[in-house]
Amino acid sequence: MLSEKYPKEVKQILSKYPPEGKRSAVMPLLFLAQREEGYITKSAMQDIGGLVDMTETDIAAIIGFYTLYHDMQEGKYRIQVCTDLPCALRGAEKFMDELCGSLGVKVGETTPDGVITLEAVTCLAACDKAPMFQTQGPEGIKYHENMTVDKTMELIAALKNGVGEVK
Amino acid sequence: MAHILLRHREIPDLNQIDVYKKNGGLEPFKNAVTKMKPNEVTDVVKNSGLRGRGGAGFPTGMKWSFIDNKNWPHYIVANADESEPGTFKDREIMESNPFQFLEGLMIASYAVGANASYVYLRGEFWQLGAFLDEKIAELEAEGYLGEKLFGTEYSLKLYTHLGAGAYICGEETALLESLEGKRGQPRNRPPFPPAVGLYGKPTIINNVETFTNVPMIMANGADWYKAMGTADSPGVKIFSLSGRVKKPGNYELPLGATFRELIYTHGGGVIDDAKVKAIMPAGASSSLIVVDDEKVLDTPMDYATVRTLKAELGSASVIIIDDTVSLDWLINKTVHFFKHESCGKCTPCREGTYWMSNITERIHGGHGTKADVDLLLNVAKQIQGKCLCALGDFSTMAVVTSIERFRQDFDKVVQA
Repeated sequence: MLSEKYPKEVKQILSKYPPEGKRSAVMPLLFLAQREEGYITKSAMQDIGGLVDMTETDIAAIIGFYTLYHDMQEGKYRIQVCTDLPCALRGAEKFMDELCGSLGVKVGETTPDGVITLEAVTCLAACDKAPMFQTQGPEGIKYHENMTVDKTMELIAALKNGVGEVK
Repeated sequence: MAHILLRHREIPDLNQIDVYKKNGGLEPFKNAVTKMKPNEVTDVVKNSGLRGRGGAGFPTGMKWSFIDNKNWPHYIVANADESEPGTFKDREIMESNPFQFLEGLMIASYAVGANASYVYLRGEFWQLGAFLDEKIAELEAEGYLGEKLFGTEYSLKLYTHLGAGAYICGEETALLESLEGKRGQPRNRPPFPPAVGLYGKPTIINNVETFTNVPMIMANGADWYKAMGTADSPGVKIFSLSGRVKKPGNYELPLGATFRELIYTHGGGVIDDAKVKAIMPAGASSSLIVVDDEKVLDTPMDYATVRTLKAELGSASVIIIDDTVSLDWLINKTVHFFKHESCGKCTPCREGTYWMSNITERIHGGHGTKADVDLLLNVAKQIQGKCLCALGDFSTMAVVTSIERFRQDFDKVVQA
């Protein structure tokens, strides 16, 4: 149970909203539930439904609507490269192609060891620092800007060694 | 000129509370709460001529004065969902000058009588959310937030709330839906948020940059602010410059500075000294400005004058397109973005972006015909003016203006 595992966090999240706005807690609770597995399990959905008075279907609709929630297990870390217009004008597509080559996966695929899923995403508000990407993993979300393929492969090596994202 | 919003560029460590206070910070808030009536605060902002910096350019003080005083409680929500491709100004403000933004939000809260206010950040700003939580805790510890502030009857709490990846949540009613724990789909209006907003209560929503102006206006007066910029668009604006320039970045300039100054004086000119072909002044949702004549670059960047070029200044996310870029590629990018971000509520936007995307893929892939270009224009025009929020129209701006103003780019890649 989420509330048994993270009693302090759950209480803190619920305290941010007025009683009539209890449902507002659903999004922060989903982030909390996603922390360990990298996706939201069916039982976590039931837990959260109980905490904010929502049906599972309703919660699934939230998960489906927002891109940062995931309902199935993929790589431990998602590398989400912005290939939107401003970044693409500064070489993001070439960066992505070369990264795919170095990593040996296509966009949307996961490395065989299950550590990295490579994804193309829309604008991350870092248009002046392309090529750039964010990682989404157990430590949360982190930006990496003005990147090269070499620097990215170094980061990936560290993530594969279990070093984790540095804060 | 010294910065007004990006003050951290002159003052190191401005994101530390003691440094911020040493530079006059938090005095305007204290002064407002202890010495001014809420409507007096609104009047100062009204007189300054400050317009919303999120894109629509609506007069800020006037918006605050619309709050329904017969229905309580009131809320203020800061829109920190910065997601328009080409926009990256709010992030720099919050990272480097967070207290000035938070103080602006606090002053606004006092002006409309809100006792709880929220900062809605896009979920990707995860680290920034944690950082702002620390700053809010410091403000609480020093007595600037909490119960009965400075011995008055006024109490205020601030909270951050993370979105989870949805451009549409930058639209203010979609943002409210999302903050209420629902899918971010825009509401029908009227009623507008100052009447019926968060949890059905009167709510004011402003962009991060808008709030960041407020402490400086309160400290220096409306006349000081009005002396900058143009009569219709007073003050300063952060221009996010990106695309094919040597030095992309945020540049704070008076409204009315020219494209040439932004691109050449600040941005270092175009990559490989290529020629500017087009300008998108408001991010991916821009109409494309044709730069076939050097004189276009001397146009002042303010809300009214940019309109004379048949475009909008919007959030001033200026994307520079040079002559290495073909517009069939460009609109394939923008249409893909809007298709991905359409919330699905209104049929013309949901279906229209899907069909536009099929056609732009075909054209860009070299399989399009002349008739496809006409069909694309036709689909785009059928979306316009038929959706609840601006996203539907936004998805068509680059498409329509590229085809109408740069038809040769399409004729080159399609079959007869």
